[in-house]
Amino acid sequence: MTGMDSLFLIFAVITLISAFLVVTTKNLFHAALWLIMTLFGVAAIYVLLNAFYLAVIQVIVYIGAIAILMIFAIMLTQRVMNPSGRIFNKNWIIAALLGAFMFIGLVIISMQTGASKTTLPQISGQLDTVSELGQALVSPNAYVIPFEVASVLLLAALIGAIFVSRKR
Amino acid sequence: MAIEFLPIAILFVLAIALAVFIVFLGSIFGPKRYINTKMMPYESGMTPIGPGTRRMNVRFYLIAVLFILFDIEVIFFLPWAVVFRSLGLFALIEMLVFIGILLVGYVYAWKKGALEWE
Repeated sequence: MTGMDSLFLIFAVITLISAFLVVTTKNLFHAALWLIMTLFGVAAIYVLLNAFYLAVIQVIVYIGAIAILMIFAIMLTQRVMNPSGRIFNKNWIIAALLGAFMFIGLVIISMQTGASKTTLPQISGQLDTVSELGQALVSPNAYVIPFEVASVLLLAALIGAIFVSRKR
Repeated sequence: MAIEFLPIAILFVLAIALAVFIVFLGSIFGPKRYINTKMMPYESGMTPIGPGTRRMNVRFYLIAVLFILFDIEVIFFLPWAVVFRSLGLFALIEMLVFIGILLVGYVYAWKKGALEWE
């Protein structure tokens, strides 16, 4: 086992343990903090995959913004710090079965298709990923359409957030 | 290479170790006198206003959502800006379309007063 493999194992274990704690911790606020740990573990795995820009995005957007949004959303709810409800309701077996089926299905699909058979061009993953990403985002035979659609998606999210949270 | 991230990893390990060490030292050597004033929530030295677990204003949520959206915009701008000079006119028009669509949302947020606190 090389050093990279053992590093991957360490970060995978950190990610999985904190992800497990996210769904089993009773205190929602603590769950959000564990979620930050999970996201950090994913960022570390991105680094090990040589996806540096993605790792930086993971830290800036997910840990820096989305985790904060989660915490604000939790603090909007009542009785955050003294939770009284149970974590598991009577549907947990069905939910676990469905989750297991979903996982098996995803594994089968990813084994059948594999990453090499996608139709869109792949970023080579060499040293200068940011500039390659920049070229791929705006070149007409790569990701132009998803790039422009992303702006529409952001616009929809912006308008939706303002509409939901403003005073009526 | 991922090895360039070694300083960050060292920093993380040192930060965690230092925090654990300091808390550990405090728990060993610190005197433990629990008086009422000491057990109050810390609000920069003021007497706390209301309980610490009260519900926050929904405006914080809106600010956080707006922050995420503009954050993601910047994420898209950066790779484009790195290679902008070698890309030519088409890329500029692409980015103008992207900004134009998002500008609609910005104007909407401004008009609806989402950028103001009151």
